[in-house]
Amino acid sequence: MIADVDIVVIGAGVVGCAVARHLAGFDVSIALIEARCDIGDATSKANTAILHTGFDAVPGSLEASMVARGYALLSGYADAVGIPVERTGAVLVAWTDDELAVLPSLRDKAVKNGYHACEVIDAGAVRVMLPHLGPGVVGGLTVPGESIICPWTTPLAFATEAVERGVQLMLGTRVLDVMPGPGSTTVVSDRGDIRTRWIVNAAGLGGDVIDRMLGHDRFTIVPRRGELLVYDKLARPLVDVIVLPVPTDKGKGVLISPTIFGNVMLGPTSESLVDRADTSTSEEGFAFLLAKGSALLPALMDEDVTAAYAGLRAATEHIDYVVDVDPGQRYLLLGGIRSTGLTASMALAEHAATLLSESGLDLVPRTDLPPPPRMPNIGESFPRPYSREDLITADPEYGSIVCFCERVTRGEIRDALASAIPPSDLDGLRRRTRATLGRCQGFYCGAEVSGMLGVVDA
Amino acid sequence: MRESIDVLACDVAVIGGGPAGLTAAAALRNAGVSSVVVFEREEQAGGIPRHSDHTGYGIRDRRAVMTGPAYARALVAEAHDSGVDVRTGAMVTGWAEDGAPVVTSREGRYRVDAGAIVLATGARERPRAARMIPGDRPAGVYTTGQLQGLVHLQHRNVGTRAVVVGSELVSWSAVLTLREAGCSTVLMATQADRVETPAGLALVGRTAFGFPVARRARVARIIGRDRVEAIELAHLDTGARTRVACDTVILTGDWVPDNELSRLRGLDLGAGHRGPLVDMALRTSAPGVFAAGNLLHPVDTADVAALDGRHVATEVRRWLAGDSDRRPAVRIVTEEPFAWVAPGLLRPGDPPPSRGRLLLWGTEHRALPRVVVEQDGTVLARRRIPWPLAPGRIFRLPYGMVAAARADAGDVTIRLA
Ligand SMILES: Cc1cc2nc3c(=O)[nH]c(=O)nc-3n(C[C@H](O)[C@H](O)[C@H](O)COP(=O)(O)OP(=O)(O)OC[C@H]3O[C@@H](n4cnc5c(N)ncnc54)[C@H](O)[C@@H]3O)c2cc1C
Ligand SMILES: Cc1cc2nc3c(=O)[nH]c(=O)nc-3n(C[C@H](O)[C@H](O)[C@H](O)COP(=O)(O)OP(=O)(O)OC[C@H]3O[C@@H](n4cnc5c(N)ncnc54)[C@H](O)[C@@H]3O)c2cc1C
Repeated sequence: MIADVDIVVIGAGVVGCAVARHLAGFDVSIALIEARCDIGDATSKANTAILHTGFDAVPGSLEASMVARGYALLSGYADAVGIPVERTGAVLVAWTDDELAVLPSLRDKAVKNGYHACEVIDAGAVRVMLPHLGPGVVGGLTVPGESIICPWTTPLAFATEAVERGVQLMLGTRVLDVMPGPGSTTVVSDRGDIRTRWIVNAAGLGGDVIDRMLGHDRFTIVPRRGELLVYDKLARPLVDVIVLPVPTDKGKGVLISPTIFGNVMLGPTSESLVDRADTSTSEEGFAFLLAKGSALLPALMDEDVTAAYAGLRAATEHIDYVVDVDPGQRYLLLGGIRSTGLTASMALAEHAATLLSESGLDLVPRTDLPPPPRMPNIGESFPRPYSREDLITADPEYGSIVCFCERVTRGEIRDALASAIPPSDLDGLRRRTRATLGRCQGFYCGAEVSGMLGVVDA
Repeated sequence: MRESIDVLACDVAVIGGGPAGLTAAAALRNAGVSSVVVFEREEQAGGIPRHSDHTGYGIRDRRAVMTGPAYARALVAEAHDSGVDVRTGAMVTGWAEDGAPVVTSREGRYRVDAGAIVLATGARERPRAARMIPGDRPAGVYTTGQLQGLVHLQHRNVGTRAVVVGSELVSWSAVLTLREAGCSTVLMATQADRVETPAGLALVGRTAFGFPVARRARVARIIGRDRVEAIELAHLDTGARTRVACDTVILTGDWVPDNELSRLRGLDLGAGHRGPLVDMALRTSAPGVFAAGNLLHPVDTADVAALDGRHVATEVRRWLAGDSDRRPAVRIVTEEPFAWVAPGLLRPGDPPPSRGRLLLWGTEHRALPRVVVEQDGTVLARRRIPWPLAPGRIFRLPYGMVAAARADAGDVTIRLA
């Protein structure tokens, strides 16, 4: 049982972490409760990691405004704390006349969303940007602002700053029930009860379950699985730009994107499931992606797959996010944050603060905030420790490479283990350092890295 | 790269301190080359044999049968005794713009200005993702290399019931390691229609291990949230599916050369396995850059890799002495069921390759294969080879069969009659 708090945030995904961090900028006490043993361990760890401009959102929707605002906020924050971002830009590539015909309307839609930089280009211009694309390109639409970002450092930076600002992070704590009372609400968890004044539901795939605990019935989550293939780094010279599909009524296609770690990603699929924990990959998914990939970028098929995984989008029956505040229950719902939540996270946090204060929560800015954290760089857009003579000279542990494929040093693993939110398992260490994530997937370093972590798993 | 980076100068830089690299380095020093440096990224040199804690090493190069670790120690000692500078914990992470290796180590980051470079970076097994095995992603799925590292170097437990995927020599190595770790093999599953058993093990295999073998079967799915609970096997011919309960899956074989540096350097690659393309003297397409060991033939035994190292020393010395002439070359190519041949370049007039053998990889069984070598439709040789061709194991072809190739003609093709 912990002391009473002003706000409980349920769910430490990218959204919950952003919200906790932001609210901790005010004079309130906060607990961030997460069922899993690490932050960002659900949908937030398995996405395509694009920092979206919001050019293709539904104009006028909350999602459109949150993505556009989130893009600006996260771009600035990433610079400030060292979240890896790469300004690659994107091209929607049209392969049929139908797709080509849609491009001008997509450009107009982008303008409606306040994004003015899209341009329709011809097949030749597409080829110049992407010389390795398969045959059949008929044109394209550029989206110069689309960027790639580190999906793991982002929630970790939010959570780290939240903790440094005094948020109580309760990992491995599952919320079993929520009982609103007149002056306070009791959150029942498998680690005991917590009394709070306000509740923020950022439970991702579990959002509707929490919502029902509070007596509502306004949305149901149908997990939509997206499978992804990550190709070897040696494929990286094939694509410098995000290759987006043109959305048509025949359904959403798959994208090919460089990743912040220097790989190439192909995906995602889109398939509705029943099981909210089923992040398995499937034979059908692989076959579908390989068929797409060989048409889009034939040379990619000669490279090995380094990793395959799946993420679950928290899709609902609504087109937009389901965001609502209930002042009587002192309860804020951030639900159905499906496929843009990484980008929108900081805007959602800002929006949450506005909604809460409009509902009567007194949010007084703090004047005693610690400086923002500086996150370890695990992306390829800036020099990594192994390549920095200055760091190695100052601390030779940065010259001792443990994970050869990803060039992860002993110093970085040590730092991660000693950090404000240390990893609880190998997966967590991977997300903080990239160790064992490379093409050998642990053939060389799996045993060594597990040893440093003191676990048996690999 | 910053200007201020330190420089290490030497006659020969050997990249990779496994059997091939260590042997090449020692041979070069013994032949009088003054400064030879081996860069090994692991904390200990020796390569894969270090954690392959069973006997079967050293037969051809040391005329002894020893365990992997003992063999690795012997090679390291020999390199030290010959005056080789073996630098461990030193990884070549890439190349400077002028083609010099760049090293990261505890001692700092530096470039290496060497008269010649020998690439001996070895090979590894394809992990699960590269084999594209779908399903859950629980703990308990390892390659043999990873398993042996866990058991022999880290002294850790694995599970209790394993499925071993593959039926090559290395698969039996996995079975031995599992047994030592107290994990029983409940099934060996292979896509092949026969199982390769090492000569010694063939007799004891059944009785000593007593597990069933599923032939022509593919792992279609891995099941289990946190720890492996089962795998789903799909039969290649019938499509029938079976569920096999287990807590450990060992993925063996399916080798890839560790060719990252070779590719980053822009070297021509061999067809079929994408290791660097070399000639009989083990020259790559970049002047002054040589290659040896399993990087060229994934995967042969360690002694053969070591003998490559001895072989390459001759040509490296010629190069250091200023003799950079190369005779014209023709490509050697293969037809199914051969997947690749190494070396893949022949310079008529040059001396024969290491051990007078070409190394090939087969994908089918033939008890006594009849092999034909042709160039531009002319048969250069046709011979019944008195040893079998088998998947998952190197097939050796006497160099004499290609020796008559001409430089002014097309590709030399090796195929079955
Ligand atoms: C395939 C795919 C591709 C995507 N690509 C992009 C992209 O390119 N760009 C982009 O911006 N977005 C993308 N997204 C969307 C983005 O990943 C999500 O919108 C975002 O991660 C949602 O974050 P979240 O915090 O709402 O949810 P989650 O990350 O799911 O976090 C919710 C957390 O709540 C916890 N929780 C649930 N119930 C309870 C309970 N009862 N008690 C305690 N804790 C609980 C969960 O354990 C979980 O950690 C993609 C998503 C997918 C699936
Ligand atoms: C499970 C298993 C069992 C085996 N059993 C036997 C057996 O019983 N008998 C037998 O003869 N053979 C056996 N082999 C095969 C034998 O291990 C190999 O043939 C031999 O190790 C090949 O030697 P190598 O020098 O080419 O490569 P490796 O041994 O792989 O050595 C390559 C070295 O290069 C280093 N390296 C790579 N890249 C870099 C870089 N960028 N910078 C610095 N260093 C680098 C690596 O760390 C490694 O140490 C077995 C192999 C395996 C996997």
